[in-house]
Amino acid sequence: MPLLELQDMTVAYGRIEAVRGISITVEEGELVTLIGANGAGKTTTMRAISGIRPVSRGKVLFDGKDITKMKAHLRVLEGIVQAPEGRGIFPGMTVIENLEMGSYARTFASKAEHDETLDRVFDLFPRLAERKEQVGGTMSGGEQQMLAIGRALMARPRLLLLDEPSMGLAPMVIQQIFRIVSEINAPGTTVLLVEQNAQQALSRSDRAYVLETGEVVRTGGGKELLADSSIKEAYLGVA
Amino acid sequence: MSTSTPAPQTPEGRPTSMPPVGRVATKDRPHGGVGDRFRLWWDAQARPTQWLIGVPFLIFIALVPILNIPVLTTVGTNFGGVMAQFGMIALIAIGLNVVVGQAGLLDLGYVGFYAIGAYTVAILTSPDSPWNQTDEWLSKDWAWLAALPIAVAITSLSGLILGSPTLRLRGDYLAIVTLGFGEIVRLLADNLDELTGGGQGLRGVAYPRVGVTEELPNGVFSAGNAAGTLNSGVWWYWLSLVFIVISLLLVGNLERSRVGRAWVAIREDEDAAEIMGVPTFRFKLWAFVIGASIGGVAGALYAGQVQFVIPTNFNVINSVLFLCAVVLGGQGNKLGVILGAFIIVYLPNFFLGRTELFGIPINGNEIASYRYLFFGIALVVLMIFRPQGLIPVRQKLLAYGRELYVAARRAAQAATRSGSDDGARPGAPAVATASGTTGAARPTAGGTRTGESTTDGEETR
Repeated sequence: MPLLELQDMTVAYGRIEAVRGISITVEEGELVTLIGANGAGKTTTMRAISGIRPVSRGKVLFDGKDITKMKAHLRVLEGIVQAPEGRGIFPGMTVIENLEMGSYARTFASKAEHDETLDRVFDLFPRLAERKEQVGGTMSGGEQQMLAIGRALMARPRLLLLDEPSMGLAPMVIQQIFRIVSEINAPGTTVLLVEQNAQQALSRSDRAYVLETGEVVRTGGGKELLADSSIKEAYLGVA
Repeated sequence: MSTSTPAPQTPEGRPTSMPPVGRVATKDRPHGGVGDRFRLWWDAQARPTQWLIGVPFLIFIALVPILNIPVLTTVGTNFGGVMAQFGMIALIAIGLNVVVGQAGLLDLGYVGFYAIGAYTVAILTSPDSPWNQTDEWLSKDWAWLAALPIAVAITSLSGLILGSPTLRLRGDYLAIVTLGFGEIVRLLADNLDELTGGGQGLRGVAYPRVGVTEELPNGVFSAGNAAGTLNSGVWWYWLSLVFIVISLLLVGNLERSRVGRAWVAIREDEDAAEIMGVPTFRFKLWAFVIGASIGGVAGALYAGQVQFVIPTNFNVINSVLFLCAVVLGGQGNKLGVILGAFIIVYLPNFFLGRTELFGIPINGNEIASYRYLFFGIALVVLMIFRPQGLIPVRQKLLAYGRELYVAARRAAQAATRSGSDDGARPGAPAVATASGTTGAARPTAGGTRTGESTTDGEETR
């Protein structure tokens, strides 16, 4: 049974269908990427999975359970946690306060578990450990992105949704973020990644879906798609 | 610096591969501001010390209208009456602050709740009202007190009714809808002639009848008690102080709880709060209902004090004035908004009837009549130089609630006892050893947090 399954899902903004009947599956422990150009419906798909955007047709199944109508904050309890596009941190809170908000819904059974999770986040992002008391809004773009991911990890997600973690970042930081995404995925956290940076994303993914104007046009293994000439042409900028 | 190779896998190696950031110094700059320094100092005091300072201060605040302090005491109007008005507006500011300052919901129709509270009391106790209960089963002596909980219940209910459909809206849309609500309430009061007396209003609203003496046949709260320093205004001021303290305790406890953390998160970024698992709608509704009920108390106080309610007293301009108090004082800070309320009420009255100030001849009445102009200018200036308000908020979000607080206090005391003169961050060394790595650094935040740490509600909209 896949961890996440979208069945013929359609999401509309008014009368415009941004996502048109897509079907996607994510198995437990996988790193799956959605790539596509601007307006392909990647972010909309993410928002529908996290529950911020209502689904107009089709179904969203998580761990075999129909969560199509479930409210966003309840999906967090199920283990679906998103690091939103454009970072979406709490700008007036410090790094540590932001991280603590991550575990707001999924509270820790013990202080030890809390410390362990926080240590893990700081291991992944030593930068955050250095800046515990810094106010989120005053940090650089890369640091805010790290904070957003770290905050999501504080909820100990079963499925981590990463929406364009590389957006607007310097190439060096992008590489670092991707390395960390792989690190998060390695011990078994399922990751669904949305990216425009196809090269980096595909080379690290188990599988990938290519979205075009709200529909899945290609799917396959990450490396396989990376080698595909039409993908190369469309998303990697090489002929 | 060129460590772009994937080699440095050590935690130490990674930060060096990050591009340097210009604002590194921000958090270390020791300009915490007077407010933060005071807060840190206050938080570091033991409970009994806080009581020892707080109670006499509160008593002093309560005695202000009868101490007859020169310059401070108003000349053109009764100072007791001014303070009574301040008490009511302060209560309103506390209630509105929950909605605007804490949860970040711009409510322009708050006067509606104030009106509902006032009209509930008036309808139940005024002889002009068809639903007047004072002739039948309610004794006139305690009718006001009996009507108060009913007023609170009805205002909370109206908060719930207004909130359920409208809180799905955000930002400007919510502001417009609430603005409409305030007007609807006023227009209802103006047009439901049979029930509310329409434009004539309702006279003879009940008030608490205590302290009846020969000279004061209607007790100390009656409008007849107008002479001397201990007039009815002072008594109403004291009564509102009681309600202020009660609501401060209530709101303060909520703020420090999970509810408070949820409010801050919603204010900062509603979508992010939702996907962190905060049931945003429910908490917004809570903020609305709590704010509304406090507004209802203020309305009941108003109706009792003035003993007369008419629709024109619940104009939209009042909503703006209440909001002005909150923004001026510092959104999200309870003490700040009380100061804001004081400024809004006191300043015009201060100038009223004054012909000279420190030897300079002034036309006080003229100045007082331009109060909206001055508030407008003050707000513009404030937004440029100090957008977070006079006394800004410092969010206290605690992972493990009060226990870290206590740890910080103990550490601070230990630091003071050991003669450390590092006053800026008393918690740092001791806490680190006391409660592990997690929140250890948290309590020191007050000292190191800077002015830019505060964001106002609107900014995130």
